[in-house]
Amino acid sequence: MTEVLTAPDPDEVLMRPMQRTTWRFWAFSAVLLAIWAWGMYAWYTQLGAGLDVTGLNVPVYWGLYITNFVFFIGISHAGTLISAILRLCKAEWRRPITRAAEIITVLVLFFGAGCVILDLGRPERALNVITKANFSSPLVWDVCSISVYLTGSIIYLLLPLIPDVAILRDRGVRPRWLYRAMACGFRGTERQHRNLDRAIAVMAVAVIPIAISVHTVVSWVFGMTVQPMWHSTIFGPYFVVGAIFSGIGAILIAMAIVRKVYHLENYLKPVHFNNLGLLLLVMALLWFYFTFAEFLTTYYGSDPDHMTIFTAKLSGEYAPLFWTMVATCLVIPVSLLVFKRTRSSIWGCVTAAVSVEIGMWLERYLIVIPSLSNPRLPREEVSYAPSWVEWSLLASFLAAFIFLYGLFTKFFPIVSIWEVREGRERALDEVVARVREALPGMPPEDDGSTPSTPRPSNADAPSEAVLVP
Amino acid sequence: MVIDLDRCTACQACVVACQVENNAPPTGAEEAALGRSISWLRLGSIHKEEHGHRPGLNLVPLPCMHCENPPCVRVCPANATTIDEEGMVAQVPSRCIGCRYCTTACPYTVRQSNWKDSVWPEPMDQGRNPDVSLRPRGVVEKCSFCSHRLQKARDLARFEGRALEDGEYLPACVETCPAGAMVFGDLDDPHSEVARQADSPRAFRLMEELGTRPKVTYLSKGE
Repeated sequence: MTEVLTAPDPDEVLMRPMQRTTWRFWAFSAVLLAIWAWGMYAWYTQLGAGLDVTGLNVPVYWGLYITNFVFFIGISHAGTLISAILRLCKAEWRRPITRAAEIITVLVLFFGAGCVILDLGRPERALNVITKANFSSPLVWDVCSISVYLTGSIIYLLLPLIPDVAILRDRGVRPRWLYRAMACGFRGTERQHRNLDRAIAVMAVAVIPIAISVHTVVSWVFGMTVQPMWHSTIFGPYFVVGAIFSGIGAILIAMAIVRKVYHLENYLKPVHFNNLGLLLLVMALLWFYFTFAEFLTTYYGSDPDHMTIFTAKLSGEYAPLFWTMVATCLVIPVSLLVFKRTRSSIWGCVTAAVSVEIGMWLERYLIVIPSLSNPRLPREEVSYAPSWVEWSLLASFLAAFIFLYGLFTKFFPIVSIWEVREGRERALDEVVARVREALPGMPPEDDGSTPSTPRPSNADAPSEAVLVP
Repeated sequence: MVIDLDRCTACQACVVACQVENNAPPTGAEEAALGRSISWLRLGSIHKEEHGHRPGLNLVPLPCMHCENPPCVRVCPANATTIDEEGMVAQVPSRCIGCRYCTTACPYTVRQSNWKDSVWPEPMDQGRNPDVSLRPRGVVEKCSFCSHRLQKARDLARFEGRALEDGEYLPACVETCPAGAMVFGDLDDPHSEVARQADSPRAFRLMEELGTRPKVTYLSKGE
């Protein structure tokens, strides 16, 4: 690894954002911070006057905050889960995109959890959830799984950062103390790399079930009640699919932006967009399958309480939102992603991704609100319209998220330098060896000895290859 | 509790008695239109499919059902709502974090949230019941079957060295009902009036199919 440092660095462009900052970054940050500050003012208003300043009422006890909570937690499935799956599958094309994905998870989880705090009538008592915990409550399960997921995601983000901050430390990039501390004395020895690889592999395996549990438990907040169109066994997997769906969309948007802003065209290539676009296409179809199954089952069950909500969504009060959701979650992304030409173009993928984000937010809204506004016992007509405070806080959270993401790119390379280098230096041999090992009629290159540099990550490969003569 | 719908005139005296007894903050028509008024007991309609439908009049008093298997207690993350030793679903406002999970989980939508600070205009602030504590902004509250009255009645009985008699402790709504449509007592005591009436062939409970096992029974001949 170290010999590269002496030669003119081909990955110089990845370290440029840490060393130079244009006025555009400051201007953009100022705008985002202003929106953030506006949201904090809205929150200040709410802390002073209570939830009175929201549009919430009886029976719509939950509104935009809970919608945003589910939405943000869904986005969090972008990073860690997808990066972990791609890492475990040894998908070599993942190398330039994992970091950009992992940081989404870590940041967005804070905002997801923040949405619940916003929703509390008495936020200062939030810790009662731990000190007076009632373990039969799905909200307590949520607190447990989200905090484990957050911890796991932070570790999973920091571990692969170590070699990169070591590179920055060795180059003397400021702030030196930060890189020195985060590099944990990493010098790139073979032993350190082996340990790091092992730690990353352990975290990658651990984080997948945790991530799935997180969104399953979020869905159970709804599914464990007896309320019509919430009480459904399909909700766990349905929410997980929706989460991965919106998560991939978020990665695509983030990738397109950093590619443009930091001139990473050589790193984030059309093939990455094409591959993630394919994943997005698969998730769109899977999402449709779940939605269709859910609604068809409700329709055939034709329980009157369920049907009230069903018709409110399909042809009633919520029909415009519902059919926009179908268009943005299914029609637009599928028609863009099914063709190779639009899928491998950046604009095609980004359009599909933005459409999916809008659609998935609407999906969350349409899960939370219609069930609440049509309770089993008929009530006087009360409709829910989010107030300016609720909208401001949504805008503020989005702005804060984008700002912090930008800030991260100013301190750490958004494309993992060492993983790209490692890919360049070793991946080809490893892939060739893997294919040789797996296919019949392809004798191992060096008669049993491993390719150029041995790596423990490959040591546990399946041994069917023994069958090969 | 038993509510005889064949006797009920839907006069709402129970609703008013409940408001006064339990210091429910007064709200105007504006707040009510926003869905923000707080009432522990309301007069609401039930679905036509329900057993108790009567032509022309479909309004029934809806207190907390004090379910044997309450969906709200199970979901409260902070143990702020529990079943007490009497079998009543109690709310602990000082522990409630205001997440409103219980309110969304309750199929009867009888739980109330304090959206803002309660204000009593003069001279109504002089008429608040000293036995019932006021709830701060942000917490959830609900019908307690006037459990403060139970405390008083039990203390009195203990002081006089005797057991609590049937009908000695009544919630404000039952005490007020001019048509005598509401009966309250110990359902576990087979000789109590309430247990006898709850066994009536006219008896039904709201949404029994959900398995919540409400402790409020309605009586109605039906159509």
